Amino acid sequence: VSDVKDPTESRAERAERERQHPSPIRELTARELARWSWRQLTSMRTALILLLLLALAAVPGSLIPQENIDSVKTTNWQAAHTTLTPIYRKLGLFDVYGTPWFAAIYILLMISLIGCIVPRLAVYWRGLRAQPPAAPRNLTRMPGATSYTTSQSAAQVTARAQEVLRQKRYRLRRVPTDSASEGAPQAVAAERGYLREAGNLLFHFSVIVVLVGFAVGSLFGYKGGVIVLEGDKYGFSNTLTQYDDFAPGSMFKASSLNWFNLRIHDFHVDWLKSGPRQGMAKGFKSDIRYQTDPDGPTKSYQLEVNHPLDIGGTEVFLIGHGYAPVITVRDGEGNIAYSGPTIFLPENQSFLSFGVVKAPGAKPTGLGLEGLLYPSEVNLPDGTPVNVTGDIGDKTAAVLSLQAFKGDLGLTNGPQSVYTLDTSRMTQVTASGGRAFNLHVGDTVTLPDGLGSVTFDDVTRWNKLQISQTPFKHVALGGVILALIGLMGSLFIRPRRVWVRARETADGTLVEVAVLDRSGNDEVGAVVSGLVAQLQGRVEEEDS
Amino acid sequence: MSVHAWELLSNRAVATAAILYFLALLSHLVEWSALIGHRRTTAEERVLVNAGDVADIPPAPSADVTPEEETRAERIALFGRIGYLLTCLAALAHLTAVVSRGAAAHRVPWGNMYEFTLAGTCIVAVAYVLLYARLKLAWMAPAVVAFVVVVLMVGVLALYDPVEPLTEALNSYWLVIHVISAALATGAFTLGGIASGIYLLKRRRPEAASGWMSRVPALDTLDRVAYRIHAFGFVLWTFAVLITGPIWAHQAWGSYWNWDPKEVWAFITWVVYAGYLHARATAGWRGRNAAILALVGLATLWFNFIGINYFSSTSQHSYAAPAVSAPAVVSSNV
Repeated sequence: VSDVKDPTESRAERAERERQHPSPIRELTARELARWSWRQLTSMRTALILLLLLALAAVPGSLIPQENIDSVKTTNWQAAHTTLTPIYRKLGLFDVYGTPWFAAIYILLMISLIGCIVPRLAVYWRGLRAQPPAAPRNLTRMPGATSYTTSQSAAQVTARAQEVLRQKRYRLRRVPTDSASEGAPQAVAAERGYLREAGNLLFHFSVIVVLVGFAVGSLFGYKGGVIVLEGDKYGFSNTLTQYDDFAPGSMFKASSLNWFNLRIHDFHVDWLKSGPRQGMAKGFKSDIRYQTDPDGPTKSYQLEVNHPLDIGGTEVFLIGHGYAPVITVRDGEGNIAYSGPTIFLPENQSFLSFGVVKAPGAKPTGLGLEGLLYPSEVNLPDGTPVNVTGDIGDKTAAVLSLQAFKGDLGLTNGPQSVYTLDTSRMTQVTASGGRAFNLHVGDTVTLPDGLGSVTFDDVTRWNKLQISQTPFKHVALGGVILALIGLMGSLFIRPRRVWVRARETADGTLVEVAVLDRSGNDEVGAVVSGLVAQLQGRVEEEDS
Repeated sequence: MSVHAWELLSNRAVATAAILYFLALLSHLVEWSALIGHRRTTAEERVLVNAGDVADIPPAPSADVTPEEETRAERIALFGRIGYLLTCLAALAHLTAVVSRGAAAHRVPWGNMYEFTLAGTCIVAVAYVLLYARLKLAWMAPAVVAFVVVVLMVGVLALYDPVEPLTEALNSYWLVIHVISAALATGAFTLGGIASGIYLLKRRRPEAASGWMSRVPALDTLDRVAYRIHAFGFVLWTFAVLITGPIWAHQAWGSYWNWDPKEVWAFITWVVYAGYLHARATAGWRGRNAAILALVGLATLWFNFIGINYFSSTSQHSYAAPAVSAPAVVSSNV
C-alpha cells in the first residue's frame, strides 16, 4: 500500500498530537506490547521486509530437489549427500514450500496486508467524500507553481479555470475558498486521481483473495497419476487404489473423489518424418470413452496435451505415452508364469524404452527379465543395435532385448518399484555366446538350463494420465485478474491537486497556478505549463 | 522458399545484424570518447534541457566556444547520427531474422531459448529505435547497443538450436500470449535496469560538465524514467507470470502452480520488483536504494532465463530437451 504524500499534516500538527499523547519511558503493559507489535507488523517497512524475505525463502526450493516435485531425484541427492541430508531434513529443505517457516512468512505478510488495508479503507472512504483542500496561503512557494498577469478580471480567470479543470475531470471545491468580496483574491481548488488509492486497495485485497484461493486449492485438492493401457479391455475407475501415485492436500477426504471410469479406446501418435527431430512424437491424442455414473451413457472425448477433460470438477490430463510389449513367460514345467502387456518407460525422445518382468512363482526358480525395447531397430555394421525412430509402424522392426536372471527376486523384503529388478540374490543366464535374448514380435526364445521360455507376442501402448482436483482455482484466477486491474490503477492513475488563485492588482490580474503531485512519481512542470496555456486560451495539450 | 532457405536467411540476417550493431557500438564509442573534456555548446545545452523535461529554463550561455570545440561538436553529432543509422539498419536485419525464423518454423519465433533471445533482443532494439526521437534516448545509445549485441552473440554461441517443430506441451496459442508478454516485460525490465545502472554511475558525479555523463539527463529524470519503465514492465510481468503462465500450466501439466524452478524464480523476480515499487512508493527509497533493488530484480530475471538451467534439470520449462515423463511408481508386489 503506497503512502500518498500529504503535506497538509504539518510537522507542527504531528508535534501537537505527540504532546497530547505522551510516551514516557516505563514498562509496557501486555496490551501496549500487543499494540506496539501490531503497529510494527502492519508498518510499511515490515511489509517490505517480509516481501523480500519471501523472495529469499523461495530460493532454496529451486536449488535443492524437492520431495513432492521430483521424489526420485531427491532420493538420489540424499544418497549422494549423507552429511547434509539430516541437516537439510531438519530444516525442511526438501519440502520448502510446506515448511512452517515458509508458511510463517506468508501468513505474517497476509496479516500485515490486512492490517494495512482495513484502516486505509476508512481513510479512503473519508477522503472520497471530502472536498479538495482549500488553496494554501502562499501558492508560489509550492514546488510546481508559476504565476502570470493578465488583463482578464479575477472572476473571468477563475470561471475559465473551473471550466478547464472540470473538462479534465477534476473534482472542484464547492465553496469559494476565500471570501468573494470585491477586490479580494478568488481561488479554485481541484483534485483528481481518486481511483489510484482504490486501485491500490483493490490490488492488496486481491492478493489476499489469491492466497485464499491457492490455499484452498492445495489443502482440499489432490493430484494423482496413473498409467492406463490402450484398449477397451483396460481402463481406470476413480478410486484411491487405482492410482499409481497420489498426492492429496492435507485436508483432502477420499469421499470427494467423484465416480467415473474411463478407457482408452484408441490412441494416435503423429510422428515427425523428417527434420532434426525425426522420429520423435509431434502430437498425440487419445480417443477416450468414459462414464460418469454406473448406469449412465458412455461418452467420448478427444484427449490431447493442452486439452484436458473435465468431469465434474475432476480434470484428466494426458501428459505422456509409451509402449507396452506383450510378453509371456513359461516356466520349466511349461506353465505360464507371467503374461500380459508390460509397461516400458521411454528413455529418450525416440522411445527406446526400459522395462522389467517379474515372475517370482516360476518353477524351478523365480525368473526376472529386464531390458530394452527398440521400436525400430537397425544394426550398425559392427553389430551394435540402434533405434531409429519412435514410430513402431507395422512392428516388424521392433526388437526386445532382454537380460534374464534366475533366483530370489526379493519381493518379500518390502516394497519394490515395478520398474526395477533387484538382482542382488539372482544370477544372470545368457544366450549362447553370453549375449542378451533378442526377440522380434512373434518370437519365442528358450532359456538355458530348463528354466522355461519367453515369448514376445505383440506391442501395445499406454498413456500416462494426470488426474487432479483443484477447488477454488477460479477464485485464484479471478483474484489475480482483479489484482492486475488494481495494480494498473495504482501505477498509472496520477493523483494531483491544482490550485488557481487570481488577485486583481494595479498591473492587471495576477494569476498563481500550483500543482501538487500526490504520487511522488510525476513531473508537474509540464502539467503547470499546459494548464497555464489553456487558461490563457492558447491551444497546447497537457502532456499527461 | 523452403524451410532450409528461410533458416539460412535468418542466420545470415543475424550475422548481418550483429556486425551492424558492432559498428554502431564503435561509432557511439567514438562519439562518447570525443565527449571527454568537451564542454557542451549552447545548441546541445538546449537539446539536453528539453530531454530533462524542464521546459522553461533558459539555456546557460557558454561564452567561450573555440573553433576547435565547434568541429569537435560536429564530429560528436556526426558519429552519433552514424551510430543511430547503423542501429536502425541492424534492427531491420534483426527483425528480418526473427520473421524468417518464424517462416522457417511455421509458428511464432519464440519456441526455444535461442529464439526467445533473438526475439527479446529484437524487441529491445526496435523499441529503442522507435522511441529514440520521442524520448530523446541518445544518452543510452551505447548501453543499449552493447547490451543487444552481447546478448545476441551469447544467444548465437551458447543457445543456438536448428529450426524444429514444437514439443507437444508448447503447441498452444498460450505460447503466443504468454511468451510475448514475458518477452516484452523482459525487454522493459532490461531497459529500466540500464536506466537504473546509469543512474548509479551518474550519482557519483552528478554535476559532470564534460565526458559522457554530461549527456545523461539529471538524476531526478533518470530515476523517474526508470520507475516508469519498471511500472510498465511489472504490469506485463504480472500478466505473463501470474495469469497466462498458470492458465497454460494448468492446461498442459494439470496443475497451475508446480513450484517448478522457473516458476519459483519468476515469482522471486515478481516479488523483488513489487518490493521496488513498494519501496519507492512508501519507504521513500527513491534514488540509490531503489536503483540497487531494480538491479537485483534484473539479476534474478536473467538468472531465471539462463542461470537456473545449470542448477536444475527437473524444470518443465527446459525447452531444449523436454523431459520424458518417468512415473515413479512403487508397489509392494507385482
